Amino acid sequence: MAQMNMKEAIRDALRTELARDPNVLVFGEDVGKAGGVFRVTEGLQAEFGEHRVFDTPLAESAIAGLAVGLGTQGFRPVAEIQFVGFIFEAADQMFVQAARMRYRSGGRYHAPIVFRTPFGGGVRAAELHTDSLEGLAMQTPGMKVVIPSNPFDAKGLLISAIRDNDPVFFLEHLNLYHAYREEVPEGEYTVPLGQASIVREGKDVTIVAYGLMVHTSLKAAEALEKEGVSAEVIDLRTLMPPDIDTIVRSVQKTGRAVVVQEAQRTAGAAAEIIAQINEKAILHLEAPVLRCAGPDTAYPFAQIEDEWLPTPSRVAATVRKVLEF
Amino acid sequence: MGKAIIDRPAAGSVLAGPHVVETKPVEPLRILAPDGNLLRPDLMPRLAGEELKELMRRMVFTRAWDERAVNLGRQGRLGFYAPVSGQEASMIGSEFALNRDDFICPGYRDMPQIVWHGLPMHQAFLYSRGHQHGGRIPEDVHVLMPQIIIGAQLLHANGVAMAFRLRNERRVVITYTGDGGSSEGDFYEALNFAGVFRLPVIFFVQNNGYAITTPFTRQTAALSIAHKAIAAGIRGVRVDGMDVLAVYAATKEAAELARGGDGPTLIEAVTYRYRPHSMADDPSKYRTKSEEEEWNRLDPLVRFGRFLEAKGLWSEEETANVREEAKRTVNEEIRKAEQTEKMTVPGLIDSMFERTPPHLEEQKAEFV
Repeated sequence: MAQMNMKEAIRDALRTELARDPNVLVFGEDVGKAGGVFRVTEGLQAEFGEHRVFDTPLAESAIAGLAVGLGTQGFRPVAEIQFVGFIFEAADQMFVQAARMRYRSGGRYHAPIVFRTPFGGGVRAAELHTDSLEGLAMQTPGMKVVIPSNPFDAKGLLISAIRDNDPVFFLEHLNLYHAYREEVPEGEYTVPLGQASIVREGKDVTIVAYGLMVHTSLKAAEALEKEGVSAEVIDLRTLMPPDIDTIVRSVQKTGRAVVVQEAQRTAGAAAEIIAQINEKAILHLEAPVLRCAGPDTAYPFAQIEDEWLPTPSRVAATVRKVLEF
Repeated sequence: MGKAIIDRPAAGSVLAGPHVVETKPVEPLRILAPDGNLLRPDLMPRLAGEELKELMRRMVFTRAWDERAVNLGRQGRLGFYAPVSGQEASMIGSEFALNRDDFICPGYRDMPQIVWHGLPMHQAFLYSRGHQHGGRIPEDVHVLMPQIIIGAQLLHANGVAMAFRLRNERRVVITYTGDGGSSEGDFYEALNFAGVFRLPVIFFVQNNGYAITTPFTRQTAALSIAHKAIAAGIRGVRVDGMDVLAVYAATKEAAELARGGDGPTLIEAVTYRYRPHSMADDPSKYRTKSEEEEWNRLDPLVRFGRFLEAKGLWSEEETANVREEAKRTVNEEIRKAEQTEKMTVPGLIDSMFERTPPHLEEQKAEFV
């Protein structure tokens, strides 16, 4: 065991898989010599060579397209898009070409690719560095979507994503890269895709979250505890396919739920989770399921992002609304 | 071809010095004259008589297949179909220059290349009819499915080529697009990546003068598409796309250079489609009769046929036989396509992922 922050855990996952499988390739803008703009891939090129870990020209569509071509020939590309806002340049290759490869070819080809990209607010970044675009990917048939909230999960989920034979959009929250260290096992282990985890047990209300919002929700749960409210917090971990069973079981127990997302409100992950709770657990609900989310604006300029993003007190206020319904 | 729009400022101005990039028009490589005479014996590819005959056979076959496919489309027995008549030399000549284990990333018009490279014809028909089995390329056939998103296939070619290089395989990739495709961002990105990594790729542009209704002069002010290689620092070559020997020779050499580690080549084949862009297009709205007649005089089948007839390698009777064979084959293959079991929604659902996730299993239940 070693103490690692999330960035180090992701690097450790990449190192583990590069060492285990010669078909794993890591590439993107500045991921080689420099080790990435966040040093996530630091030291990997020196350890595995320029054929395994390499820099590319600055063109996201070509990076993603290179991954698609390599994937058809049995390689397992881990392609980095430097910041989430730049996936629009690569959207055809990610959401059309990679996501449909298995379907279009009737299974003859597939796209065992991980598209890694940092995202997430609260770090005063420039425009289009921090938007939450997971909703676009969730609407893309053929694509899996993973967002870890802690170092242990980040390593285990990334190893699972690399070994998965279908494309995975792997989003890494900027505000969690260096947030804290925890014990992360050395060597290989996996956290299965498609399984949520209950990070705090409770009996009065279920809070479903992912990414940084898991921590925001945990803070809200602590505040609510002082008011005598016992909140259960679920970390989705995989947004597509979502682990509805774990959520439904929790809602059956608590009878109330709030879904928290950093993304703007409309048509995001929360909408899908709420729809599924309505479909599968309506008779257990004591109140409507509410969302705590960013407003339907463009991602805010840095100056007001802390007010824009859901805070522990906004999450707690949403929970109180559900409890007082 | 259009003239570049660049007006040079007068001498003495900043934009008139030796630091200004200049280009000049390039003549397409031509080995056969339109009358079938050998113009460039020095560049004549080393092909045996049987190979020359096979080239002709494939072109004649493809023309007859195209005519039949257009009719099948009108009868509703084929769906999406992009006609190929006129482009036989550029399609067949370039594919013929490849080895069996070289790889093709085709655009949507490039069915002949992937069929001659091994895709069973009835699967091409299934693709046209919108059946998933059309894309299930046999294991020993080295092609991707036709690409609808113009330019996307050029980026895949880079990935396939990098895979070959990483595994030390002396295989090359050819990828096709049209003149309109050269305006896409992916076109430039692909050439540029291939140049940086010196990938064994041939970017083969079939410039038939039109992207649906839009003429070449509306795509670019560049002197030719081959000139676009300059921006990526790779070789650019222009060939007469109605001359099968020129197409073959250029592709063969580009393939050998790529195989030897000498990187990518952009080949522009100047050609013409005698038919509409697709079944939904009416060329009389944007083309003139005289233009069509001019290109008819350059028909690649007529030109190469004359060359072979003069060598005693071909006759009208052989053309008739091949056309008959093509008709028979197309009829058999379309029947095979029509008899293929219908797709199902549960089958489609199960083709999305290696293991169907729970939410899709649930949705499948609605269709059983």
